[in-house]
Amino acid sequence: MSPQFHGVAEFLAMGGHGPYVWSAYGVALVVLVWLVVQPLRRRAAILKSVRQVLAREGNR
Amino acid sequence: METPELPGLAAGFGALLRRDLQLAWRQRGQAVNPLIFFVMVTALVPLAVGPEPALLTRLAPGMVWIMALLGTLLAADALFHEDFVDGALEHLVLSPQPLWLLVLAKVTAHWLVIGLPITLLSPLLGLMLALPDAGFMPLLVGLTLGTLVFSLLGAVGGALTVALGGRSVLLSLLVLPLYVPVLIFGTSAVTQAVAGGGIGGPLALLGAIAALALAVAPFAAAAALRAGIDG
Amino acid sequence: MARKWQWFHRLGSPPGFYRASGYWLPWLAVAAALLLGVGLVWGLVYAPPDARQGNSFRIIYIHVPVSFLALAGYYVMAAAGAVHLIWRMKLADMVMTAAAPLGAALTFLALWSGAVWGKPTWGTYWVWDARITSMLVLLFLYLGMVALRLGFSNREAAGRACAVLALVGTVNIPIIYKSVDWWYSLHQPATIRLTAAPSMHPDMFKPLLVMIVGFYVFYALVLILNTRAEILARERRTGWVRDLAAGRNQR
Repeated sequence: MSPQFHGVAEFLAMGGHGPYVWSAYGVALVVLVWLVVQPLRRRAAILKSVRQVLAREGNR
Repeated sequence: METPELPGLAAGFGALLRRDLQLAWRQRGQAVNPLIFFVMVTALVPLAVGPEPALLTRLAPGMVWIMALLGTLLAADALFHEDFVDGALEHLVLSPQPLWLLVLAKVTAHWLVIGLPITLLSPLLGLMLALPDAGFMPLLVGLTLGTLVFSLLGAVGGALTVALGGRSVLLSLLVLPLYVPVLIFGTSAVTQAVAGGGIGGPLALLGAIAALALAVAPFAAAAALRAGIDG
Repeated sequence: MARKWQWFHRLGSPPGFYRASGYWLPWLAVAAALLLGVGLVWGLVYAPPDARQGNSFRIIYIHVPVSFLALAGYYVMAAAGAVHLIWRMKLADMVMTAAAPLGAALTFLALWSGAVWGKPTWGTYWVWDARITSMLVLLFLYLGMVALRLGFSNREAAGRACAVLALVGTVNIPIIYKSVDWWYSLHQPATIRLTAAPSMHPDMFKPLLVMIVGFYVFYALVLILNTRAEILARERRTGWVRDLAAGRNQR
C-alpha cells in the first residue's frame, strides 16, 4: 500500500475532481464539528446560567 | 340511582357522524371552499404552461392529483381544531366511547364532505386538462381511495397540531411526506391507463395502503389527540 | 425487586444516565477520532482511484456512512419514542429530542455529498433517482419532527406528540421507499444508470468499513452529548444539576 499522490498539489487537485471532493469533505467537516460543538456550548451555557442563579440566591 | 346505560359503539359512531355532517351542512359555505380551490388552481395550470392539449394531457394526472391533495390538506386543519376551540374535543377525549372510533367517525364525515366531492369533481378537471377517455375510470377509483388516505393521515396531523392554533403550514410539513406513496400509485394508475397499460397493480397497491391507513391511522390519531390536546 | 434490574433503573434516570455517560464519553471520543482519522487518510490518500470515476469516488467515504446513519437515526428516534410512549420514560424522550436535529443534519450531508458526487459522475448535481428521492423525503420527515417539537410549549405533550409522529413515520418509511423504487422503475431514463459498481476492490472497501464504524461511534457520541445537554436543560432546577454547576462532589 502506497500513497496515490505525489506531492500536495496533486493531492489537492484530485485528478481534476478537487472542487467536488473538497466541497463534500469540507461541508461534512463543518457539519460534524458543529454537531459536536453545539451540545457542548449548550451544556456550558446551561451550567453557567445555573451558577448565576446560585450566586444570586447566595447573595440574598 | 342506577347508572345511565351507555349507547353502543355503533350508536356513538353514528351520532358523531350525524353531528359532524349537520355542522358541515350548516356551514356549507366553508365546506365548499376546498372544492372551489381545487377547481380554481387547476384552471391556473393552462395559464401557466400554455394551452396545448398534448402538454396538458401529459400533465393532467399529476395536476389533478396534486390539487386534490392540496384541497384535502387545506381542510385537514379544521378537522379537530374547531372542536378544540369550543371545548367539544375535550368531551370526546373524556367520553367512555373508544376514542379511535370517534376519530373514525370524524374522518368519515370529513371524507364525505371533502374527499368525496373532490373525487366527483375530478372528471370535470380531467376534461379541462384534456385527459384522454381511458384515464377517467382510474382517476375516479384512485381518488376515492386516495382521498380516504389523505383524510386519515390528515387526521393524524390535525390531531398532533390541534392545540397549536390552526398551524396549517406545520400540519402540511408533517403529512406531506406521508402522502408520497399515494401520489405515486394514484398518478401512475392514470398514466398507465392513458398509455394503454393495465391499472390493476397501482390501484391494488392503493387499496392496500388505504386498508393499512384505515387500520392504523385512527389509533395513531387518537394517541395524537391525547397528547396534542395539552398543547 | 430483582437486583439485576437495578442498573437499568439507575441508567434510565436522567441523573444516572448523565453520570454514567460521563465515563463513556472520553472512550467514544477517542474511538471516533481514531477511526475517522485512519479511515480519512486511508480513503483519501492510500485507496486506489476508481477505474471509471477517478478520484471523485473518494466522496463515497462520506456519502455511504452518513446515508446509513440518516436512515438508522430515524429508527433510533422512533424506538426512543416508543419507549417513551409505552413506559413513560423521560430519558427516552430526551434521546428522541436529541436524535431529530442530528438525523436531519446527517440526511442533509448525505444529500449534499451525493449531489457533488453526482456532478463529475453523471454530469448533474441532481437526478430524480429512487435513492436520492427517498433521502429527500426522509429529510422532510426529520424537518417535520423538529418543527412539531418547536411548535409545542408544553414539553410533556410535545414528547408524546413527537413519539406518535415518529411511529407513524416508521410505518410509512418502508412504504415510501418501496413506492419511490417502483416509481423510479417506471420512469428510469435510459441515459443515466445509477447502479453501484458491481464489486468494490478490497483496497477501496476496507477504508469504507473503517469509516462506517467510525461514523456509528461518532453518532453515538453526538447523540449522548445532545442527550446530556437536553437532560441539563430540563432538570436545571433540580438539586443534582445545581450541585453539578457548583462543582460539589460530582463529575
